[in-house]
Amino acid sequence: MQERLVERAKELLADGSVVRVLGWKQGDLGYNPEPAYFNSPEELSDFVYDGFCGANLSKYMIQAGKLEGKTLVFLKPCDTYSFNQLIKEHRVKRENTYIIGVGCKGTLDVEKMKDAGIKGIESVCQEGDLLKVQTIYGEKEMPFGDALLERCTVCKGKTHQVYDELIGAEEGEEAGPVGNRFAQVEELEAMSPEERFAFWQGELSRCIRCNACRNVCPACSCLKCVFDSNQFDSAQKANADTFEEQMFHIIRAFHVAGRCTDCGECSRVCPQRIPLHLLNRKFIKDINELYGTYQAGEDTDSRGPLTDFTFEDAEPGVVVERSSGERGKR
Amino acid sequence: MYKIEKSQLPGLLAAIAAREDLFLPIQKSGQANFGLWSGDADVDLNTLKTVKSGKDCFFPQSETLYSCRKEEGKLAIDPAKLQETPFVVFGMRACDVQGLKVLDNVFLKDAVDSFYAARREHGTVVALACHEPEETCFCKVFGIDAAAPGADVACWFIGEELYWKALTEKGKALTDQVKELLTEAEEKAVEEEQEHIRAVIDKLPYSHLDLSVFREKSTMELFDSPRWEELYHPCLACGTCTFVCPTCQCYDIRDFNTKEGVQRYRCWDSCMYSDFTMMAHGNMRTSQMQRFRQRFMHKLVYYPDNNEGMFSCVGCGRCVSKCPASLNIVKVIKKLGGDAQ
Repeated sequence: MQERLVERAKELLADGSVVRVLGWKQGDLGYNPEPAYFNSPEELSDFVYDGFCGANLSKYMIQAGKLEGKTLVFLKPCDTYSFNQLIKEHRVKRENTYIIGVGCKGTLDVEKMKDAGIKGIESVCQEGDLLKVQTIYGEKEMPFGDALLERCTVCKGKTHQVYDELIGAEEGEEAGPVGNRFAQVEELEAMSPEERFAFWQGELSRCIRCNACRNVCPACSCLKCVFDSNQFDSAQKANADTFEEQMFHIIRAFHVAGRCTDCGECSRVCPQRIPLHLLNRKFIKDINELYGTYQAGEDTDSRGPLTDFTFEDAEPGVVVERSSGERGKR
Repeated sequence: MYKIEKSQLPGLLAAIAAREDLFLPIQKSGQANFGLWSGDADVDLNTLKTVKSGKDCFFPQSETLYSCRKEEGKLAIDPAKLQETPFVVFGMRACDVQGLKVLDNVFLKDAVDSFYAARREHGTVVALACHEPEETCFCKVFGIDAAAPGADVACWFIGEELYWKALTEKGKALTDQVKELLTEAEEKAVEEEQEHIRAVIDKLPYSHLDLSVFREKSTMELFDSPRWEELYHPCLACGTCTFVCPTCQCYDIRDFNTKEGVQRYRCWDSCMYSDFTMMAHGNMRTSQMQRFRQRFMHKLVYYPDNNEGMFSCVGCGRCVSKCPASLNIVKVIKKLGGDAQ
């Protein structure tokens, strides 16, 4: 598929349809391509599209949209939800963008490969359902499905929500079965408040306040984040106490609630591998239950459940009812 | 040279911890970071790279410098206590130990940082050789030998045993404290292990990076390189690379309003952040390209200029594996002309 993408990008650059291409550039290890702009057909010789192109390029389109001329961007199915949501929030310019929807069989998590004991990775290739990994300690292999990013094991689907054309979309159809993305949330809901608190304390106390989750998040598009303000005691750089490390993530989860498409970038980039997506999924699950099933980024013009008002909306008292119901369960 | 069976390690750690605070890699929800030993801690000496380096043990991410409060119309100041008791950091790697030397040049020269100096004075470092280096490692480029970590005590895991060699007075003192748990050993096994480690390191993809461009080109030539514009684009301006780095030493000083007074603390800062080195007049680096360039110019040019050619990167490779956008110092070195192959 990579060749088809490069070929098409060259055509669009050559006929002046676009002035730049936003895609992924070959890295210097077997698994580390980086998001990149390509301004000429020659530069596209470094273009790559493989299982390690997990980065969601929609976020980069916020900046690219401000550049002169049209940008060609390659979006995987789940990336298109983010792009749509950004259109809805007036953060990207649709008219400045040419979207090629690319097929996706799932993207890989090199950390999971390391978890499986694979060290010293030189190159990785997929053969059927297996990943064959050349390492400095010899050849290793593992099931492709076991190396998928968590988000891909609960894939939202292979349908692109917004695009100008599709390339290789049929390849995604071959992907394996997906799990229930709310299963882990349900496990957390079943815990006692004390157990749940202990779970999150164990996870969030590892936070180093690098802000990678925020900076990669397509829903975090504020020009200036409240946590970057010098006027605010809770600065961006340190957790003064355990309350603060929770506050940052909880405020962020609240702020993206109803807008988060569950693209999973926050968890993909966390250097401490904190399952941040679980906070967002809890909100998504609650929204689904209280306001009816809703998927942010499916369209560009509807009102979101939390930014709309109807007389059927849940009353604030629902919080008490739900939590007393929970207490009753125990 | 001494050795101890792996199965006896919990006893050794408990013996050290009985006398002084012991910091070592501990698994918490699946990730290894340096933490204080306790009887029920999930000690992990196998993970090659803790997420954060052991830098925290000497230069914590956040520490209070002093607190002040109003008392009968006057200002009362309580300075934070300096480290007064000895402690041990167990399981740092050769690269991270070299990282401490990078910090020493900053914090122990001229204006001595008393907080850091007190910890360095009281801390004993037991380092582990790297049995299975990874593809992201490039310590060799900076003259670091992962087979012979230069700490107070160097250790090697060989088969079912841990080999132990004191290298400094502090290391000997620690060894004396736990001698009854150790048995005398021959050097030969360690020499073989060292050969094995060095052979692996020689094969690593980044082991032969060429840094000569940073010695040959002038500071301004590197600073003005058009390559920075090409390099910085994927950077998300997060602080991951700076916070997992064993040599990043920039910090900010801030006040925390405790309602009764002020807690003045310092915390690691990141040159990737928009308010880095913000001053009353504003910020001298106004674009992400400039902030990105600062990080690498500091490590590869400014620091060596001020420290007899010593680079302030130790090739631990944490930024290589942790950058959300797969950017890293190796890509920068190569792009600026340092690719040997």
